[in-house]
Amino acid sequence: MNEASPPVKRTAKDYATDQEVRWCPGCGDYAILRAMLKTLADIEADPANTVFVSGIGCAARLPYYVETYGFHTIHGRAPTFATGIKLANPALDVWVVGGDGDMLSIGGNHLLHVLRRNINLQILLFNNEIYGLTKGQASPTSRIGTRSPSTPMGSVDGPISACQFALGAGARFVARGIDTQQKNLPEVFKRAHAHKGTSFVEIFQNCIVYNDGVFDNFTAKAVADDHQIHCEHGQPLLFGADNKKGLRLNPARLEIEAVEIGDDGPEAAGILIHDETNLALAQRLAAMDQPLLPVAIGVLYCNPARSFDDGVAAVRDEAKKRGRGDLKATMHAGHTWTVDA
Amino acid sequence: MTLIDKILQNPVPGSAREELESAVVRFAGDSGDGMQLTGDQFTLATAIAGNDLATFPDYPAEIRAPAGTTFGVSSFQINFGARRIMTSGDQFDTLVAMNPAALYVEASNLKPGGLLIVDTGSFTERNLRKAGYDTNPLHDGSIDKFRTIAIDISAMTLEAVKPFGLSQKDALRCKNLWTLGFVYWLFGRQRHATQQWLKTKFAKRPDIADANIAALNAGHAMAETAELPSGVHGYHIAPAEIVPGTYRTVTGTQALAWGLIHGLKLAGLDALFASYPITPASPLLHVLAQNQHLGITTFQAEDEIAAVGAAIGASFAGTLGITSSSGPGIALKGEAIGLALSAELPLIIVNSQRGGPSTGLPTKTEQSDLYQAVYGRNADAPLCVLSARSAADCFDVAIEAVRIATKYMTPVILLTDGYIANAAEPWRIPELDQYAPFAVEFRTEKAGFHPFLRNPETLARVWAKPGTPGLEHRIGGIERNFDTGHISYDPDNHHKMTKIRAAKIDGIAADVPEQAIEIGQAGARLGVVGWGSTYGPINRAVDNLIRRGHGVAHIHVRNIWPLPRNLGSLLKGFDRILVPEMNNGQLVTLLRAQYLVDARGLNKIAGQPFKIAEIETAILAELERTP
Repeated sequence: MNEASPPVKRTAKDYATDQEVRWCPGCGDYAILRAMLKTLADIEADPANTVFVSGIGCAARLPYYVETYGFHTIHGRAPTFATGIKLANPALDVWVVGGDGDMLSIGGNHLLHVLRRNINLQILLFNNEIYGLTKGQASPTSRIGTRSPSTPMGSVDGPISACQFALGAGARFVARGIDTQQKNLPEVFKRAHAHKGTSFVEIFQNCIVYNDGVFDNFTAKAVADDHQIHCEHGQPLLFGADNKKGLRLNPARLEIEAVEIGDDGPEAAGILIHDETNLALAQRLAAMDQPLLPVAIGVLYCNPARSFDDGVAAVRDEAKKRGRGDLKATMHAGHTWTVDA
Repeated sequence: MTLIDKILQNPVPGSAREELESAVVRFAGDSGDGMQLTGDQFTLATAIAGNDLATFPDYPAEIRAPAGTTFGVSSFQINFGARRIMTSGDQFDTLVAMNPAALYVEASNLKPGGLLIVDTGSFTERNLRKAGYDTNPLHDGSIDKFRTIAIDISAMTLEAVKPFGLSQKDALRCKNLWTLGFVYWLFGRQRHATQQWLKTKFAKRPDIADANIAALNAGHAMAETAELPSGVHGYHIAPAEIVPGTYRTVTGTQALAWGLIHGLKLAGLDALFASYPITPASPLLHVLAQNQHLGITTFQAEDEIAAVGAAIGASFAGTLGITSSSGPGIALKGEAIGLALSAELPLIIVNSQRGGPSTGLPTKTEQSDLYQAVYGRNADAPLCVLSARSAADCFDVAIEAVRIATKYMTPVILLTDGYIANAAEPWRIPELDQYAPFAVEFRTEKAGFHPFLRNPETLARVWAKPGTPGLEHRIGGIERNFDTGHISYDPDNHHKMTKIRAAKIDGIAADVPEQAIEIGQAGARLGVVGWGSTYGPINRAVDNLIRRGHGVAHIHVRNIWPLPRNLGSLLKGFDRILVPEMNNGQLVTLLRAQYLVDARGLNKIAGQPFKIAEIETAILAELERTP
């Protein structure tokens, strides 16, 4: 059904459209787009077979800038359109793009269900902890006390953690990235793409106009080493300058704690080895919050299970097995009677 | 009249059956009494007997409302006869009341002199009180105007199924079959099909199947041998004159599902049917889910919006997206439908209308979503609206919906209602190869492509599906440039695009048949204009009055939007126009607005279909009205 495009080695630039990009100068979205285009080139994506689907918001404009198929839909509902696309043609490679308001507020329900179904597609949530396109209102990921036009005295509702939500919904792949980390981000995207099932990636994205510097507490150069931890499967969970700090489980409290590593090394300090198939660990990593613990970046959880696509294919096969003939046979099944001329 | 006819008309008591032209039977009982099932079986047996028929399942919103209460009464009505049957009937000739509540609710619609069958076993003091009776109606004279057959059906059933060793509860559940057997004898129906059905349904519980069959046979035997009230000897209803062919009974839901499946075949497309459970639309999901080998994948979404979103996504990907709901669900889908018509993607939205607004009367029928279908979206958002007039008509309308949606790259709303969806009627199974194919062509040519290139005749845009090399493009809900398909905020372009979208939909009127007159003459004194499931009662009422010499004509509109191109001139030919609708006046407003005609409404908003007599009365009043 899908003819492959002729094999050509495309560069990141080849995946860009001729449309003028209309984000604010300095927006983190530019960096994410750049990482995305590089990813497409690296995985040698077939433009004809690739679809970007988005809802509404600044992030949701991304499909216009990628030279593949694209569908800019309605607020919050991108996962539903993507679901239909995959049901219609499972061979398509589908990326869903949206912001924190789009996916966690108006579209929270659809995010929940696409994750639990485990449809084989990638979801990129650009989290800037604010509504950008509607001019700066507090969002569901805004921290308590966020002052905005809609919360002039500071917001009072607690924020949701995107990755904890995703894990709670049954996601089988959960990862985090930061807009400015142009080396790490494409790698996270590639891992997401390689995973069969719904891959969920939260990207901390700086909104330069309405929420500038909101992630500085762990993304600023001066503090990044001490306040981020990059998780790598099979490797000890180390962070800090020269990796002198690490994460350890406090078994009495079932909590993760950060410790200084002594001269005897990580093993002696009881530092945890990252196991991305361990749901309990992923949940602890996703929950780590500033200032006591570093923010976990990278692939927090990857534990593939049967995808929705495979389930639907199995149902189709079963239906064919059970089906009793064509429409004519179906209409004539059961009690019929003949009236003669 | 021959001598034999005369003898048949005056049967010897206790031997010959009374000849009837038609009869209306209503089965009424508690929600748990299996009245819908009883009605379905009676329908089947009646169809096999060669009568024409129409049915009306009427049940409460609660799955199991408290036993014995009036609001828990579930009823099934069937009108059948030796002539063409147009409605499920006005008043009943026979009422089966399985408990006091059923009698309380239904007795007022049983004709004086009509046959009343009651289960005396259920007329306990407690049940009488629950139904709202102070005294027992079986003894206080209140049912004297009926011919009553009072039997302890409960006890008879227990006796009949005793050999099967069922629990008291399971045994009592056979009493609907006992009753069915009784009524089968009364109307000379064959038991065979029901016996077969029971064997299949309870294949894994042969004891239950056998007990039910025993109850059916016992009821039948009881009717045959019992001393019936004087004048009741069983009835005979001759087969109706019916067009030759192979027949089956069909509900609107089945016919619609099969019509969609055949329409897709004619279009050469697969489809995704995405839906969220809602009364009375859910059965369409069930029927299609069972027929996924015929080209439709079904998907139960997390909500109404997800359902329409998935359907639109499927259309974007090159199959046909179909979604289905009832009014409240359609309201939730509104924004996404706007996207589909703005992005110009094919989509079918089936609305099985129910009583509203809000939750309204979920299990009762109404036609009150016409405004919603035609106007119910933000901005200038025209699309095609079709309506089905009967269960059988759903097949053809579904095919037409697929044709228009794919040819014009537009959403099509298909209006049915709770009555059509659930009611069964005999259906001549169509020959599938008589329908002309309308194969969809996808764009594959790269040269000169942009996603909003249009067919100059239909104004439909090209359909280029993902997977096609060289046609990569982006579409969405933002206004796009007429010449390139790219995002455009240009004021003149928006004006032009709005006009184009409207002209495309208006153009469909040239591609559908002209409005026909069902019966009566163009230019008659009064034109009666209906749409949807009011077809039967309007047609019979107009027919009756034409026979009595009145200048009346019946027009029934399938194409709600755009309206048929000749409808205006037809309407202007009548002196007066009456528009019966099961709503507070919606098509009538549309007609007045479109054609500046003085159309008057006849509105019934009772959750029940029109009675023929109600329409006749209104027609006569309208004819006599002084201007």
